[in-house]
Amino acid sequence: MKTTRLITRRNAIVTGLAAAGGFALTRNWHELPPTYGNLLRMGDAVTYAAHRAVLPRQSLVREYTRADITSFPAIGTTNPGKGAQTPLLEAYGRLQRGAFADWRLSVEGLVATPRTFSLAELQQLPSRTQITRHTCEEGWTAIAEWTGVALSHVLDAAGMLPAARFVVSHTYDGWIDSIDLLDALHPQTILAYGMNQRDLPIPHGGPVRLRVERQLGYKSLKFLHRIVIVDKFDDGGKSGNIQNGWAWYTGI
Amino acid sequence: MRHARWVRIAHGIVTASFLTLAVTGVVILMAHPRLYWGEAGNDLTPAILELPISRNYRHGGYEGATSFAQATGSPISANRTYSIFNQNGWGRSLHFIAAWLLVVPGVVYLLAGVFGGHFRSHIWPGSMELAPRHLWRDIANHLRLRIPPATGGPRYSVLQKCVYSFVVFAALPLMGLSGLAMSPALTAAFPPLRLFGGYQSARTIHFFIFIALLLFLMVHVVMVVKSGFRRQMRGMIVGD
Repeated sequence: MKTTRLITRRNAIVTGLAAAGGFALTRNWHELPPTYGNLLRMGDAVTYAAHRAVLPRQSLVREYTRADITSFPAIGTTNPGKGAQTPLLEAYGRLQRGAFADWRLSVEGLVATPRTFSLAELQQLPSRTQITRHTCEEGWTAIAEWTGVALSHVLDAAGMLPAARFVVSHTYDGWIDSIDLLDALHPQTILAYGMNQRDLPIPHGGPVRLRVERQLGYKSLKFLHRIVIVDKFDDGGKSGNIQNGWAWYTGI
Repeated sequence: MRHARWVRIAHGIVTASFLTLAVTGVVILMAHPRLYWGEAGNDLTPAILELPISRNYRHGGYEGATSFAQATGSPISANRTYSIFNQNGWGRSLHFIAAWLLVVPGVVYLLAGVFGGHFRSHIWPGSMELAPRHLWRDIANHLRLRIPPATGGPRYSVLQKCVYSFVVFAALPLMGLSGLAMSPALTAAFPPLRLFGGYQSARTIHFFIFIALLLFLMVHVVMVVKSGFRRQMRGMIVGD
């Protein structure tokens, strides 16, 4: 009869790694987006947990020079004002015809002073210019120069409350998406009103779009309308990524 | 000699994971079947390779091209009107589940193989085996399809050892690393990942190593079949 050791080298390595991994991942379990019992989302949740557990909180993406700027396709909604099918899109069309003088970004939810910002007011806040790479989930990339105000300045101006955990963005073309506070307060997360040294063109999300540089392009919502600060995860329902089959966290 | 149980388990997991990665990888590539080099590449820049693998191949459908600057040769913007084939929602999510199932057991397999003696005993070619005359004789045998019957265990020819070593220590790790080099969050956190030469270089490298692994898979399956399919399958699944 063969005697076998219970704690072999292999067993020790496997158990050790599993324990370390489990410990690292469970630190912020209650902050993970819900998975709706969906296997795919569980995989995405593991990736999100691993990134938040292991990666440095404020690492910056690479910034380039003007010589690196490339051609840049505009996809998805490229002309919200044309053939407007919803009240929001009709409102956008009217604002566009007024050169966005009446456009306001509304900041609501868990803030001390809910308020709106006009384009001019956003441009008066400290601005940041960054030449970064837009990475589309489709597999193409483009480099452009973005000018805007750091989202953290805007949240500060509205007096974000301590209970806040997520920043939810609503767009004129009917998208809703959110980011956690680590991404919202990241130095390269900006509300961009300028592209390649000109006003942000309509096809690329004018007058103001979000830039979330440490995630794929679809988190960088175009045609911003409202920002809502919340303490509970909001998947955006039928207008959000998860119910449309996409990962909420896409830093990978 | 038989395949140890932990080797068989690892082999099973990696097989399932690799097949899932391959299928989802092709689905992902079908969304944008163009390859570039460097950091940037899109429908409005030149590609080094275009693959006819979906209706997105040379799909056209751009309008309203405008220049960003006045100078000639300035980068341009154009609006895409063509509705592309895109299954990346589930494609990417499933690709990354399979990637986790490759990487975590893979790291365990590597550690166990190094410290448990499996690699030294079965996988790494010895210096005697790598002598040119011995190497050449093994290549000649393979070309003549002179295949000895299956042992059902880890008794490998020098060519097998070289190829398995390449797959385990070079190709698969490079697939993982080039994959990570496409991640905005990870390249921000680990600048050495930028050594691949940029997002599009990593993507192109990822594709070509995939092709090499696909070729490996085809040869591997043919050899398993021709050396005694039933014995080899029993050996790697049940272990006798």
